[in-house]
Amino acid sequence: MIRFEPRGPVAVSKVISVTVAAAVAALVLAAVPMLFAGLSVFEAYGLMIKGAFGSAFAFTEMLTRATPLILTGLAAAVAFRAKLWNIGAEGQLYAGALAAVAVGTGLISGPSFVLIPAVVLAGALAGGLVMLGPTLLKTRLGVDEVVTTLLLNFVILLFVQMMLEGPMKDPMGMGWPQSEPILDEAALPKLMDRMRIHWGLIIALISALGVYFLLKRTVWGFEIRAVGENASAARHAGIPVTATFIRVGLLSGALAGLAGVGEVAGLKGYLTADLSPGFGYSGIVVAMLAGLSPIGVVFAALFIASIFVGADSMSRATGVSNYLADLIVAMALLCVLVSGLFLKFKIRFVGAPHAKEASK
Amino acid sequence: MIEILDILVSENFWAASLRIATPLIFGVIGALICERAGVLNLGIEGIFTAGAMAGWMAVWLGAGLWGGVLVAALAGGLFGLLHAILTVPLGLSQHVSGIGVTLFATSLSYFIYRTALPDVSSPPRIEAFQPLDIPILSDLPFIGPALFQQTSLTFLALILVLATGYVLYRTPLGLAIQAVGDNPSAVESQGLSVYGLRMGAVVVGSSIMALGGAFLTMSAFDAFFFGMVNGRGWICIALTVFASWRPGKALIGALLFGAFDAFQVRLQTEVGSFIPGQVFLMMPYILSIIALIVVARKADYPRALLVPYFRGQR
Repeated sequence: MIRFEPRGPVAVSKVISVTVAAAVAALVLAAVPMLFAGLSVFEAYGLMIKGAFGSAFAFTEMLTRATPLILTGLAAAVAFRAKLWNIGAEGQLYAGALAAVAVGTGLISGPSFVLIPAVVLAGALAGGLVMLGPTLLKTRLGVDEVVTTLLLNFVILLFVQMMLEGPMKDPMGMGWPQSEPILDEAALPKLMDRMRIHWGLIIALISALGVYFLLKRTVWGFEIRAVGENASAARHAGIPVTATFIRVGLLSGALAGLAGVGEVAGLKGYLTADLSPGFGYSGIVVAMLAGLSPIGVVFAALFIASIFVGADSMSRATGVSNYLADLIVAMALLCVLVSGLFLKFKIRFVGAPHAKEASK
Repeated sequence: MIEILDILVSENFWAASLRIATPLIFGVIGALICERAGVLNLGIEGIFTAGAMAGWMAVWLGAGLWGGVLVAALAGGLFGLLHAILTVPLGLSQHVSGIGVTLFATSLSYFIYRTALPDVSSPPRIEAFQPLDIPILSDLPFIGPALFQQTSLTFLALILVLATGYVLYRTPLGLAIQAVGDNPSAVESQGLSVYGLRMGAVVVGSSIMALGGAFLTMSAFDAFFFGMVNGRGWICIALTVFASWRPGKALIGALLFGAFDAFQVRLQTEVGSFIPGQVFLMMPYILSIIALIVVARKADYPRALLVPYFRGQR
């Protein structure tokens, strides 16, 4: 029989090694669908590694893909820390992108040092406001935020489609439902010539440091952690639980909104309804792989991004569906969830009842 | 006003309401069984997708329509078993495990479909369930078309509502399932297995959810499309709360929802030129959120919902 014995605090090195083991386990399990699709497993992994790290271009593509994942990962991590289950990063990302486009396509004009901050702030604000609704419904009326945030993803995507086919449609877009291009002064600059990597990555890294500092060194951060560990105990201790949920909701939504800003103002230049291939949902996997640590999010996002970019490239070379990437990412989430048991408990295989007595 | 009345008295409208409600009835009944036993199953969206794909593919490979239904239920049960193992004996977060199962079931279904059919431009079709068209009954005015021109799967959904109500309230098994969602340690002290009851409920509930997906590919449509589930699973989770975890109310909730959806589609043809189509498409999701808000204050959640149970520990 298997017995779980609770374990105290665990060393960071142990957390990292268990998580890396979970990620490796997901990659090993990926061999099953690869074989099913008739791939030679080692060749497929080789193509994936080459696709994500094989050249300077591949590497910068991987970093470009990691940029929104860092931000949606932070959005999930900070919310889950307070046990606020924000599953709506996908919708908040689109809200941020929509606001960035609304401000950045001629609503205001001016030099870059005015327009770029305006676009970034608008996106963050829009994402935060979208999350404010479910947060208030939770704190005021006790409506479960999981379902409301999930349902809002669909509402917001339809709203974006409506805007792109209506008031925000680009008249020069040859009839395609897309927004006008963002003004040059409002676009996030590229980090390197001839590469797609852009300043969104710097925003994402600064956000990670900011969230790390917030959680570790500030009163608000302490309150977030306390509410997440035990909301009713926190309330007894005089921590403003409702205010903390609202702050966390605004921050989480704003981070997801920033992911939308980066995609639209740094990468694509205009908004379409297929801006995000599920960055909001992948952000949950990133946050869980990171153990909800803001610095861990950066590394987890790099891992997930290399799976996506690597699998895209492998898919182009072999013709095997790149849904394989989504499958590996989903398996990574399940593996890391199970691996958490090794951190929370000592797992003992107990043969006979008397072994129980002996261990007492 | 006259147009609205015309819609409400047309038999087509009521037939469409029941048709739209059918996958939701499967979904809400499945979710309700899981939650009554204390396990939130957010794998529902992915289980719908898996049921839709597996059922369709079985028929496409020649298993016959009822073979397809069986395969869909089996696929749902397997993903349910995964969620059950992760959340019941291992006691892991039901939220995260559910999202994980949804991502896993969805991507696996898409991957298998794409791998089996690498380059099809239009999705291949199957011979789907046809309306039963029961003699005499389906010729009854009004009731006939609304009720007796549905496919067999709609009747299966209605039977499952009755069966679930009977099992839940009239059998020892049902009482044990209710108890395990409210007070698992009391169940353990009766000598019953908390793990067994919870895992069983999640597996059975997930199989029923998958039938909702199968209805989409085998009755509502005759092919599988990416993204065809489109949030129906999440809507079922909201409707389960709205139905206060009761099979009868689940049926009423799903029918109300179906009626509203059928109504707005017809309204769209009347006023569609003034209002963008997306506004109508948003309505099911907004309506689900409103349904949650309406019942929020009095929602009587199973008391041990989301709480993992460990043996010998209170």
